[in-house]
Amino acid sequence: MSQLELTRVPLVKRILVSRWLPWAFIAITLPVFLLAILTGFFGTPAGSRNFGIIFVWIVWWGLLILWMLPFAGRLWCAICPIPAPGEWLQRRALIQPRAGGKLYTLGWKWPRRLNHIWLQNASFLAVALFSVVILTTPFISALVLTLFAITALGTSLLFERRIFCRYLCPVGGFIGLYAQLAPVQVRVKDRVICATHKDKTCYLGSDAGYGCPWLVFPAALAKNTYCGMCTECFKTCPLDNIALSARPLGADLLTNAGRRLDEAYKAFIMLTCALVYSVVLIGPWSVLKETAYAVGTAGWWVYAIIFLAANLALVPGIFYVCAALAQKLARVTPPMRTRRVFIEYAYTLVPLGLAAWAAFSVSFVPINLSYAWQVLSDPFGWGWDLFGTANWHWTPYLAGAQAFLQIPILLAGLVGAIAIAFRTAREQHASPPTALPIIAFCVAYTLVMVGLYV
Amino acid sequence: MSQLPNEPTLAPPTRAGVSQPNRQLRIAIVALTALAMLAALVAPIPAAASAPQARTIEIYARQFAYEPATLVVQRGDTITLQLESLDAVHGLFVDGYDVNIQAEPGKSAQVTFIADKGGKFKLRCSIPCGSLHPFMIGELIVEPNEGLVRALAAVLIVTLGAVVWFWRA
Repeated sequence: MSQLELTRVPLVKRILVSRWLPWAFIAITLPVFLLAILTGFFGTPAGSRNFGIIFVWIVWWGLLILWMLPFAGRLWCAICPIPAPGEWLQRRALIQPRAGGKLYTLGWKWPRRLNHIWLQNASFLAVALFSVVILTTPFISALVLTLFAITALGTSLLFERRIFCRYLCPVGGFIGLYAQLAPVQVRVKDRVICATHKDKTCYLGSDAGYGCPWLVFPAALAKNTYCGMCTECFKTCPLDNIALSARPLGADLLTNAGRRLDEAYKAFIMLTCALVYSVVLIGPWSVLKETAYAVGTAGWWVYAIIFLAANLALVPGIFYVCAALAQKLARVTPPMRTRRVFIEYAYTLVPLGLAAWAAFSVSFVPINLSYAWQVLSDPFGWGWDLFGTANWHWTPYLAGAQAFLQIPILLAGLVGAIAIAFRTAREQHASPPTALPIIAFCVAYTLVMVGLYV
Repeated sequence: MSQLPNEPTLAPPTRAGVSQPNRQLRIAIVALTALAMLAALVAPIPAAASAPQARTIEIYARQFAYEPATLVVQRGDTITLQLESLDAVHGLFVDGYDVNIQAEPGKSAQVTFIADKGGKFKLRCSIPCGSLHPFMIGELIVEPNEGLVRALAAVLIVTLGAVVWFWRA
């Protein structure tokens, strides 16, 4: 697989090794995050006039799904403000490291039996279930963000490193999954060098920096999923053996190493939620929106049950049937267990899911983006006009033209899914027709999404 | 100090790549798919059998819905939308038609335009009216919805092209 090592460019190398990265970016994202919380708690309850709602659920979300994630993988995780205060307290330093990369925490070890992303799946589902309220109610949105921040802070003080990011963050779960598509990666250049390097400073830390906050041993990195691109390993490797490289899209999906049920379920959850949101939020059926908003009512409980059933049983169940059909068609000896076939083929949903989320985001981000100009001047909705833009009119960008973006995006995701489906069949030593049930699932999903948007 | 992680043993990654056909076949697949897509995008779709009509549609706006939520008209129809608000000031913006009116309780608004573009167009509230304002959405469907037919055809054509491209006997 062809790669272009970007760290061969001296300027790139210098930036990655500098301790000002990513602190310089966090110095921007953290105040914005704090302002989002403050405006959520104390500003206007009208979401479209509140900085917290607009800059988190329109601006940040649009940047994340439409740019950062597809083209830079876990770049957001590198500059995310949520774990920053806890990490600074852990390190008792902002920029320059303490001697030996020492951390000041209780140093609890994360339980081995929780070494998966099921908790992230659960936390994402919880946020998704209440999302109609979270996305539209500034106070609730601020409450959720504060909860994330407190949890990150607490886990930083109790556990080693970035436990919140690695095992709890609802956003990190799907960023890690879709980062497998990104055209950039952080990997060691030569594993033999790592094997002979006794100090393993990339993981254990040194005077130059801290051990990998993501609890990843760089030499073992085979996929982007759990590398937070924090660049700490660039600073601590004394042997110049870490590289940032450009690579083809979806390269991580070409390796069948480490495919797991928890990651497979993340793919199902994301795919299902994109569909549900497209129906509930973007569709014309007000009864669905009102029901999803009316938390605690009988109707909402019905919605919640259907929502969770769709995510955890219905969609995975339909896919399981397709996987079972694929297994029957495969006729390989010895036959693979259907469960393993199910997990392996679930990764075809990675490109499809990201495309679905991008298409869904196109349906509401440009339309509501112009509110950003208003809230920049009047973040709390108190009648300020700091930059003269508070009274700019709402301008629905791309109104009537979203489909020209959405359809190509969905088609790109479908093509990626078909490619991965055939490759998965080959990995299982099965003939190409084996992949057809899976492809049929992906085509059906795409047709439904197209029908919702066009 | 933290110990090295007991990382699960990973199977050596297989990087056989994604199968691709030989060069001539690749060119043929791309060319045929592109031609089929072009046909799907430009092929004429039969217009509505009925002559254009003048239609007046009363739309009631409330937090956070339009009633009726879905309007179906024929291409070429002259549409007069009468917007009545039931509870607060609401707007009505029609994607793709540059139509934007607003009404308040007791004071309706009206706009007339020709539905000269086929497709599905969102109706949106253009005046902040409460928490679910960004998702106060209706639909205007101008038949025939050519875009939907073409998009569905594109999905099937691209699927066929991709299946042929990535297939390997």
